Amino acid sequence: MLAGAGGILGLVLLLLGAAFRTRGRAPDEGRDVKVWIVGLGLGFTMSVLAALTVYGVYSGQQLMPRDGTDVVSVQAEARRWSWSFAYADRPGHITDGIMHIPAGRPVDVAITSADVVHSFWVPRLAGKLDAIPGHVNTIRIEADMPGTYEGLTAEYNGPGYSDHGFAVIAHDPQAWADFVAGGDR
Amino acid sequence: MTALRRHRRLSAIWASEPGWKGWTSSVNHTDLGRMFLATSFFFFFVGGVLAMLVRAQLATPHSAFADAGAFSQFFTMHGTIMMFLFAIPTFEGLAIYLLPKLLGTRDLAFPRLTAYGYWCYVFGGSMLLVAMVLGIAPDGGWFMYPPLTGPLHSPGINTDFWLIGITFVEISAIAAAVELTVSILKYRAPGMSLDKMPIFAWYALVTALMILTGFPPLILGSVLLELERAFGLPFFQVELGGDSLLWQHLFWLFGHPEVYIIFLPAAGVISTIIPVMARTTLLGYGWIVASAVALAFLSFGLWVHHMFTTGIPFMGLAFFSAASTLVAVPTGVQVFAWIGTLWKGRPELHLPMLHILGFFVTFLIGGLTGVMVAVVPFDWQVHDTAFVTAHLHYVLFGGFVFPILAGIYYWLPLFSGRRRFFRLGELAFALIFLGFHGTFLAMHWVGLLGQRRRIETYDAETGWGTINLISSISSFVMAIGLAMVLVDLLIHAFVSVRAARNPWKAGSLEWASMSPPPPYNFASLPQVDTRDPLHGDPDLPNRLARGEGYLGDPATDRRETLTVSIGAARPDFMVIYPGNTRLPIVMAAVTGLFFLSILLKLYWVTPLALAGVAALAVVWVWRLGTQMDQGPQEAGRGVTLPLAGETEKSPGWWGSVFLLVANATFFGSLLFGYAFLWTVAPGWPPQEWLAPSLLEFGAGTLAAVIAMLALRFAIRRNRRHGGALPRLALALGATAVTALVFATLLVRLPPADGHAYAATLFVLGAYGLFHALLVGLMLAFVIARVRRGYASAVRVAEFHIVLLWTDYLAGITVLSLLAAHVPGVLA
Repeated sequence: MLAGAGGILGLVLLLLGAAFRTRGRAPDEGRDVKVWIVGLGLGFTMSVLAALTVYGVYSGQQLMPRDGTDVVSVQAEARRWSWSFAYADRPGHITDGIMHIPAGRPVDVAITSADVVHSFWVPRLAGKLDAIPGHVNTIRIEADMPGTYEGLTAEYNGPGYSDHGFAVIAHDPQAWADFVAGGDR
Repeated sequence: MTALRRHRRLSAIWASEPGWKGWTSSVNHTDLGRMFLATSFFFFFVGGVLAMLVRAQLATPHSAFADAGAFSQFFTMHGTIMMFLFAIPTFEGLAIYLLPKLLGTRDLAFPRLTAYGYWCYVFGGSMLLVAMVLGIAPDGGWFMYPPLTGPLHSPGINTDFWLIGITFVEISAIAAAVELTVSILKYRAPGMSLDKMPIFAWYALVTALMILTGFPPLILGSVLLELERAFGLPFFQVELGGDSLLWQHLFWLFGHPEVYIIFLPAAGVISTIIPVMARTTLLGYGWIVASAVALAFLSFGLWVHHMFTTGIPFMGLAFFSAASTLVAVPTGVQVFAWIGTLWKGRPELHLPMLHILGFFVTFLIGGLTGVMVAVVPFDWQVHDTAFVTAHLHYVLFGGFVFPILAGIYYWLPLFSGRRRFFRLGELAFALIFLGFHGTFLAMHWVGLLGQRRRIETYDAETGWGTINLISSISSFVMAIGLAMVLVDLLIHAFVSVRAARNPWKAGSLEWASMSPPPPYNFASLPQVDTRDPLHGDPDLPNRLARGEGYLGDPATDRRETLTVSIGAARPDFMVIYPGNTRLPIVMAAVTGLFFLSILLKLYWVTPLALAGVAALAVVWVWRLGTQMDQGPQEAGRGVTLPLAGETEKSPGWWGSVFLLVANATFFGSLLFGYAFLWTVAPGWPPQEWLAPSLLEFGAGTLAAVIAMLALRFAIRRNRRHGGALPRLALALGATAVTALVFATLLVRLPPADGHAYAATLFVLGAYGLFHALLVGLMLAFVIARVRRGYASAVRVAEFHIVLLWTDYLAGITVLSLLAAHVPGVLA
């Protein structure tokens, strides 16, 4: 996308610069309209944008939660200024500030808020999804490798905003089994 | 009469009072346009200082320069001031100053309204400045998302300053939009048909229409949020049937068109300057007009792209993503038409052209990153990061500030009648350009690295320190550049030498006026038959000064102009303007009292202030008109025209039409909110419905129909000389019944602070009651006018204005009563 944008920028600036050099062509309004407006203005812009939209919709579709057998469900609730997480695989257990997930398995995080609008964001795992009071939004994430990932809140929510975040711990299968069984590490 | 004597005579008729007194009583568009621009650039300065504070804080990690509370006020006020107190008023000021000159007429449609809008802007803006000086400025971000800005989480007065101050300022936007629309459609030089209008007028027309349909959702949102904060009506509280998403929809329903409301006037400036700088004509005039109109329509379909992360179903996102990229097509058409224009001509690198080139580079990058964020998955990553902040600055600075600076330097010789002496502007441009790109390229970068917007500090180990420092230093370079522009303008105003008229050899009519322009603009009005009248007829300025155009005879001591038919621009009526008056500033002050009383919770003052506004409004309209039929008037060049007060579709009628367009958008947004809460908010249905009443529904509908018919009969009788009064009285009585029905609705509602359902019906009922009282006042006014002899079979304008409002009242009455009573029947 960046390369494409750079290319378009270069092309247009080139055309712009060339305007200061071209001389001595017979003025022809009809031809100019055809070249500049119909050709470049409509034709060029539309084809680039059409390609980009199709690409965006397709790749966004890939990120949508789909049914699967080994999907893990986690509930995330944001408040000023903390996050708490509950687990379908371990009913009744709530962790504050740390979200436990298994590595290598898709996880559906159901996000909501107890007070104002927040946004759930684990930059290395997925894009953002808002936590809105009264609504539950679900995002599909998957950590390829076990480890700790930084999670952030990404919608301004008052004075504690800068430090409002959480950690995501992705466990290997054994550690996840321990966690589900109640063996906290 | 010589040209000089004509000039002296016209100046005496049109001049404002001398000295500072003239500032408070002037209704002249040249004066007020200048005052608008000076004030908006003052706010640009304040907003710029706030930006410097933000950049100072972020320059280094763990900066202790400002705490989180102060920082949140900085960024909220920076955004708010730049959007509402700089960008929109700059458009208004520029359009108010230029349009009558470009269109070859003497003033805008409603001179006193120009002044009223200006003073509302000054007083509303001052409220926000006071809040800032006292350290209680709004702090929830410039888009004010509840519940963060709701009564629970922002109990202080900070948020109220935003909601009330900005709504007050919006009055000036709506006033200017109504006025510009009517002026462009009706107040043009004879012969200037729509396809011969200067391109800037087209852009201003589209922008004004967008303001009329874009701002009401924001005003509604502000009213609802203030009602929630002041009286506990739970529109955005999920526990009581509200939904915070409603605010996001209303805000962005305004917020995205807003971007184009800012960009289109700038595009108008560009389209004006480029052909002049390239010594040619604009390539594809019709295409450009079509693109502007297309942009306006598309921009209303885009608001959801600010809400890609709110959990809207993906197919909905795909639709809005496609619409968001589609908007780049008309933009592309315009950009390529401009480049094509440059190719067609022989571009010269004067200072305005430098700023245009600055625009091209900056806006292109902003547009390309804009297309990137329109791609949903990409937006999920960069949303709410510095990348988006950088993108929007590229669009707004590139798409607005550079073109406006180009415009200022382009029209400077007209403003002042002088030419630039020092070459400070070129250096300033270089600093601004380099500083800007340094600041915001760095910000794109740090945003991609994950720096969220609006954080007041960050850790050193993030590695963002250097990039932020580059950004901050560059921003100070840019600030120095902008300060140099200011110095350049000051030097210009005081020490430069006189310039010849029309230094750029432009073809449009503003250069046919003297520089600086006299208060009456043109000693006589031209007959126009090409898009560039000065190119076809270089002697035109002299011929106008000699009084060879329309209205060249200042014998009557009246401020005269004429209106034309919308399409072909044939002269249709003569207009007599009101003279200098302090009514607008007084009315704006009393309007301010109304807003202040709500802000300070002095509710006993509120009805007094409202009554004051109503009384002043009556005085305002009472001063117009005469007690005698005037008949056709001499307009010069062998044309006689009736006075505007002796027609059915007077300027006031047109003004009402466009004000009602804005009003209907407000009402439609309210119905949208009702439907949205009903279908999306979790806490529905409410426990208790309003008990439906066939009596109330029937009485309200019948009264509305009777008022409409009675007023029509009154108009018919008036045309046959007399007998209008009993029918007017019947219409007034029927309107009283309508008011009573709405009052009953308000009384019978379930408690409005108990559920968003009752709260919404409360607003519907109050809106209906207000309009019933307003129409009642108008009918009473017309009755008084008839009795005092201000109406006749010929002087009918006021009847038809009130008819519009009566019909509107009937429409909203039926819709409101349906919305209020039907759910109870179904339940």
